[in-house]
Amino acid sequence: MATLDGHAGQQDNTADIGSEPQSVRYITAVFGVTAAEVQKLRHDPLELFTRAVQPVLWLLLFGEVMARVRGLSPENVSYLDFLAPGILAQSALFVAIFYGISAIWERDLGILHRYLVSPAPRSALVLGKAISAGIRALSQAIIVYILAFFVGVGIDFSPLNILGVAAIIVLGSGLFATLSLIIACLVKTRERFMGIGQVLTMPIFFASNAIYPISLMPAWLRTVSQLNPLTYEVDVLRALMLKSGASAYGLPFDFAVLAGTLVVLVAIAARLYPRMAV
Amino acid sequence: MPDKTDTSTEPKSAVSLVELTKKFGDFFAVDHISFEVAEGEIFGLIGPNGAGKSTAIKMLTTLLPPTSGTATVAGCDIIREAGEVRRKIGYVPQLLSADGSLTGYENMLLSARLYGIPRQQQAPRILDALGIMGLADYADHLVSRYSGGMIRRLEIALSMLHRPAVLFMDEPTSGLDPAAREAVWDHISELRRRFHTTIIVTSHYMEEVEALCHRVALIARGRIAAIGTPAELKSSIGPDATLDDVFEALVDASETETERSYGDVRRARRAARQHG
Repeated sequence: MATLDGHAGQQDNTADIGSEPQSVRYITAVFGVTAAEVQKLRHDPLELFTRAVQPVLWLLLFGEVMARVRGLSPENVSYLDFLAPGILAQSALFVAIFYGISAIWERDLGILHRYLVSPAPRSALVLGKAISAGIRALSQAIIVYILAFFVGVGIDFSPLNILGVAAIIVLGSGLFATLSLIIACLVKTRERFMGIGQVLTMPIFFASNAIYPISLMPAWLRTVSQLNPLTYEVDVLRALMLKSGASAYGLPFDFAVLAGTLVVLVAIAARLYPRMAV
Repeated sequence: MPDKTDTSTEPKSAVSLVELTKKFGDFFAVDHISFEVAEGEIFGLIGPNGAGKSTAIKMLTTLLPPTSGTATVAGCDIIREAGEVRRKIGYVPQLLSADGSLTGYENMLLSARLYGIPRQQQAPRILDALGIMGLADYADHLVSRYSGGMIRRLEIALSMLHRPAVLFMDEPTSGLDPAAREAVWDHISELRRRFHTTIIVTSHYMEEVEALCHRVALIARGRIAAIGTPAELKSSIGPDATLDDVFEALVDASETETERSYGDVRRARRAARQHG
């Protein structure tokens, strides 16, 4: 059909959309969601730094006191060294586990409906959100690194290790953010979500190796910890963040557990996400 | 339509509802609705709040699965081919859905990526759409600083980015001042003229519906109370009737018809009103 106004590009219609391979469209959608979240952070970066309070308290107050207790950390690793990666994982967890609230917020505003009427695959939307949450959590890594450096933690600053830490923070936080999104899809209101978020955070945190070694735990709790993805996140962080660090389970195993859990959670969330529109 | 020839003189239907139904518990929000909308038509859905207009639109845009019945939109079934339907439709929801924490351009870019618009086409299309909607100068402003009318225009631009065959708009002018409403409608008509888009729109402003819609369906209590051109609907009521009169007469009639099912509560409420 000829157009009267002579604008270039007016005649193209829906036909040329979707001409690219499915994989390209999938990645484009994931990237689109993530890029939008990063743009939001650029417009309003203050939020990132208001979250600095918690790691400060844990490292400076809790850490300094507990450092006087013997046997909390393996021999030849100081307790502060032992604690720093745990606090990094914990503060990233806290950012991620309340991520679902933004999905509820988007639902109430109608932004969510825009996502859901688009042809983007549901799992691409969810994965994009997960990676965004991971990027948000990276701000915590910067804060914890600076703090840890000043309290004398033996940090390994080699670029490869820092890159690995960043990747694991994005992966681990993406995983917990997706869990959070699943909860948001099920409860749908902010009030109920806040309640459940609070109830979840503490068990995930305490039933892990974040602030004490699991060898100190009773047998049943040790089992729970070994089913907890946070344990494997902390294990990688200990190995990569510290000069004295070593992995208890092996990095490939840690990585496989985290990636596998993320895939499963994204698949579940992709099924539930459309329910939010109802 | 069984006719598959492209040269058909019959207008093809862009949207066709077949006994479309949505039940929430025991309540029929949309109750076996069937109608067709022709290609290129601007079709109005009117009716009181809670009549089922938004529920119908949510089903047609694949946001809500029907309880029974189905519909085809741009030739695709909303249940079996939901993904294909999404590719072919645009949707302007009732709530202002543009993201206030992004700029106008960033909102557009997000949509372009979600719809898989090829990279080299993204920027020209976005700038073109923002230009049509009179937002070119505000592309880099945060949407939270836009006025209500500007947000609406941005949303129309968003929904048109992938050149949908059918555009659904749920009360696109609600909450806008008269000048902004007029601007929105001008843009809607312009889009239809340029891209031959079929438009299904809900509204509470009868004068708008009368001026712009080719045909109108009045929905009350989940059913179609009347359907036709605005002129047809008016003449069915009386010689000097307005669309407002049609609205009131038909809504009242549908209420008395279902009076019994609602029974005592409504009667009691009405009695209370009569007795002051």
